Amino acid sequence: MKKKTVILDYGMGNLFSVLNAIKYLNFPVEISDNPSEILKADSIILPGVGSFKKAMSSLKNNGFIDVLKESVLEKQKNILGICLGMQLFASEGEEDGFSKGLGFIDGRVKRMIIPDNEKLKLPHIGFNTVSFDKKSILGDHIDNNSDFYFVHSYHLFHKEVNLIEAKCEYGIKFTAAYEKDNIFATQFHPEKSQTNGLQLLKNFLEI
Amino acid sequence: MLKKRLIFTLLHDSGNFMLSRNFRLQKVGDLEWLKRNYDFQKISFYIDELIVLDVSRKNRSIDKFCDILKEISYGCFVPISSGGGIRSMQDARKILRSGADKIILNTALFEDFKLIQDLSKEFGQQCIVGSLDIKKNSKYEIFTQSGSKKIEEINLIQDLINSGFVGEIYLNSIDQDGTGQGYDLDLLELLPSENKIPIILAGGVGNSSHLSQGMSSSKVDATATANLFNFVGDGLKEARMNLLKEGFSLAKWKSQDAIE
Repeated sequence: MKKKTVILDYGMGNLFSVLNAIKYLNFPVEISDNPSEILKADSIILPGVGSFKKAMSSLKNNGFIDVLKESVLEKQKNILGICLGMQLFASEGEEDGFSKGLGFIDGRVKRMIIPDNEKLKLPHIGFNTVSFDKKSILGDHIDNNSDFYFVHSYHLFHKEVNLIEAKCEYGIKFTAAYEKDNIFATQFHPEKSQTNGLQLLKNFLEI
Repeated sequence: MLKKRLIFTLLHDSGNFMLSRNFRLQKVGDLEWLKRNYDFQKISFYIDELIVLDVSRKNRSIDKFCDILKEISYGCFVPISSGGGIRSMQDARKILRSGADKIILNTALFEDFKLIQDLSKEFGQQCIVGSLDIKKNSKYEIFTQSGSKKIEEINLIQDLINSGFVGEIYLNSIDQDGTGQGYDLDLLELLPSENKIPIILAGGVGNSSHLSQGMSSSKVDATATANLFNFVGDGLKEARMNLLKEGFSLAKWKSQDAIE
């Protein structure tokens, strides 16, 4: 039997795109705003569009924080954070004033600082090239230097040493995706990255 | 390296899809027509982004529009920006829960900037696309409310871009709209010299050479076309192939049957 994936609905983010993509790939999936459903899921997807601070207070108000920590840290369920969802895994964020994150990854979410001479625009919007580590599970069957869709102004700055990372370059090199044990995350939107993203989602769902 | 984007814009009015010429609308067909002539799963494969605008002038219903948006977004694995008539946080949330990744605002940019600030704080600056409809009389002027209301101050463009609340600009020429005569590239002169946010250029595309004219400008991050007839069938596929052949750096991905 295929495992059941639950997309967490905490009032932020484009849930239906993620749902559509997973349905297209023919995997069992549902959206839920009920913390007890998260505990029953085999794997979890945390999407997100919005500001770090708003998202954390929304997770808190909907009773998701303890459930997520229990599922991910104790029960070791696979989780995929997308865009803001990835950022929320960090210990803290700077967007709209300082706030605490979920703390799955020892790191801080900061506004991207692009060197002046690069003349690059922010937000970083559009398809950009991602290079995966050879050991990456998310990057399986995906050519190195494939294009994925980004839309963000903040990025994860981490201190972890045991992460398998994918990198992207936009003025600076930054973490575009990472995986560590059961924790998976992408700064880009796989559900919006054509077949490159569908392959990545499939890789996650098949773990 | 960040790629330039090819964007297709759909104009919706009360259940129908429209062709616009100088902001006068002409009905082309309903959702069934669109599905017959544009296999969305197929055409979305040749674009980097889709824009869906509700341009209904009367009897606007955001709920009905959202139902259509949901249908369009199904099987479409590219980013979608959508708007038209967003007047509240609730409206924006509905659009974002119907398949859109970004919301497009026009009238509220000038009439309710508090809403823009609130939306930006709620969903992030990257989620807010400011749509500017510009017309040249003796000089350039901004119009809101579907091109019917004039805003005198052209310098407001600079304030808007520098405000930090808008993540992207959809820069549209009312004069070129639907003419097929090509973009008004002079519009780009209205931007701040040190513009820091992405620009989508729109209005006037008749064929793929116009798209490449737009993309050639270093000030342009994305080129959009709303011309349903010029790009029917394999039109968008051919346009993308042409742009790649001309050497523009566009994103690439594998065919749908290559997923392993």
